Amino acid sequence: MSKAAEPGSASGSADWPIPGASVGHSLDPIIIACQNGPLLVRGSVELRTAEGEVIPQLRATIALCRCGVSSIKPFCDGTHKLINFQT
Amino acid sequence: MLLKLGGMTTLEALAVSSGPAFTSRGPLSTRLLHAFEYELATEETAGLSETVEETVATCDDVLQDDDVQFSLFLLYGLSYGDVIPGGDAWEWHSGMIAARRVLENAFEGGLRNTVSLPQSRSAHADDVAATLFALTKPDSGPSLSRHFATKVTQLQATEFVVQRSIYTLKEADPHSWAIPRLTGRAKAALVEIQADEYGGGRPERMHSAIFAGTMRGLGLNTRYGAYVDHVPAITLASLNTMSLFGLQRRLRGALVGHLAAFEMTSSIPNRKYGDGFRRLGYGADVTRYFDEHVEADAVHEQIAARDLAGALAAEEPALLDDILFGASACLLVDGLMGQHMLDAWAAGRSSLRIPLPVPRAAERPAEEDVLAKGQSQNV
Repeated sequence: MSKAAEPGSASGSADWPIPGASVGHSLDPIIIACQNGPLLVRGSVELRTAEGEVIPQLRATIALCRCGVSSIKPFCDGTHKLINFQT
Repeated sequence: MLLKLGGMTTLEALAVSSGPAFTSRGPLSTRLLHAFEYELATEETAGLSETVEETVATCDDVLQDDDVQFSLFLLYGLSYGDVIPGGDAWEWHSGMIAARRVLENAFEGGLRNTVSLPQSRSAHADDVAATLFALTKPDSGPSLSRHFATKVTQLQATEFVVQRSIYTLKEADPHSWAIPRLTGRAKAALVEIQADEYGGGRPERMHSAIFAGTMRGLGLNTRYGAYVDHVPAITLASLNTMSLFGLQRRLRGALVGHLAAFEMTSSIPNRKYGDGFRRLGYGADVTRYFDEHVEADAVHEQIAARDLAGALAAEEPALLDDILFGASACLLVDGLMGQHMLDAWAAGRSSLRIPLPVPRAAERPAEEDVLAKGQSQNV
């Protein structure tokens, strides 16, 4: 069993560091840049349009489009797979 | 347990209150349904093991065999509930467990003999994710969703929802069996996905509840099991595959791979399903389930590929083959289920064993319940 699987482990493994552990604010939002995919956002962030209107979020973890072809921007709809989007 | 209530047994009374009892599909399911009519009693399961052995021995295609898949559905249903009235008492009956073991060994063997696994040997998390994305790439699936977007009829669209109801009214439940069997990052990832499936603390946002809203919008019965007699073996096999992987810790890798493949083949088809219902003139009450999954599963597929399947393989490299097996089994069985519908419709037939009475126009229940009101506020 690696360190990441030990209950209460705060260090994680080299492959999978515990998000936020190094700065000690584990509830801070984290953005993961997924290979060939969207930006995965964990934690509370406020999304706004350019005009300043709040964009409603329906879930705790969201995926933001970064290939540009999603039909539900700013959220990802998986379409990057159809255009072979490469990061 | 078999009390007489005004001439009816409790079971008959339950059958009246909860709809018709199931119809058997062969000698084995006949025996099971007969046994379930009674309180636990050894004489009701005498001969069961012989019937199971004979059923498996004479079965041509375990994935498409009505008696095998319906019997497995009944036996797994004892662990889920909502399938057999009074089923709790039978869940750990040794005769039922023995029957299930024979059936699921044959089922697992049939799946393992049929799937072809990708040739990746790397258990590094990124490589596992890449392998799964390649395995599930959009052009490798069935064209059910394309049919939906362009030419599905109202009756076909309704049949599709009936077929999907066998799993989706219990959406996410089979994969929840894995939660206590995982540790660390893989466990956290699975719970992250499942929490979203179960509505993030809001019952009206549970995916199974949103799907029930779609069924109501189509005038369908949302009681679990109402359409079991209607669906073919392959539809039961789709749920049974998840139950097979979910109820045995040994197969946790396959269950994780199954969930990853399921999530990774969801967003793009669900957009087409939603478009199909819109083209037929249905409103948000019907399309909300599909629209919800366009966004939700674009999130879930990233978590499932990298943090769930990838992390599990990195943690337990010996499970890599089973992760890929589970993903391949998902694509195989759900592909066959989709192909069954396409073949039936292309031949001008119903995809159901018992066709629906009549095409029903979109309708709302006379009295909207609290749940439906809660949903409409979110549309």
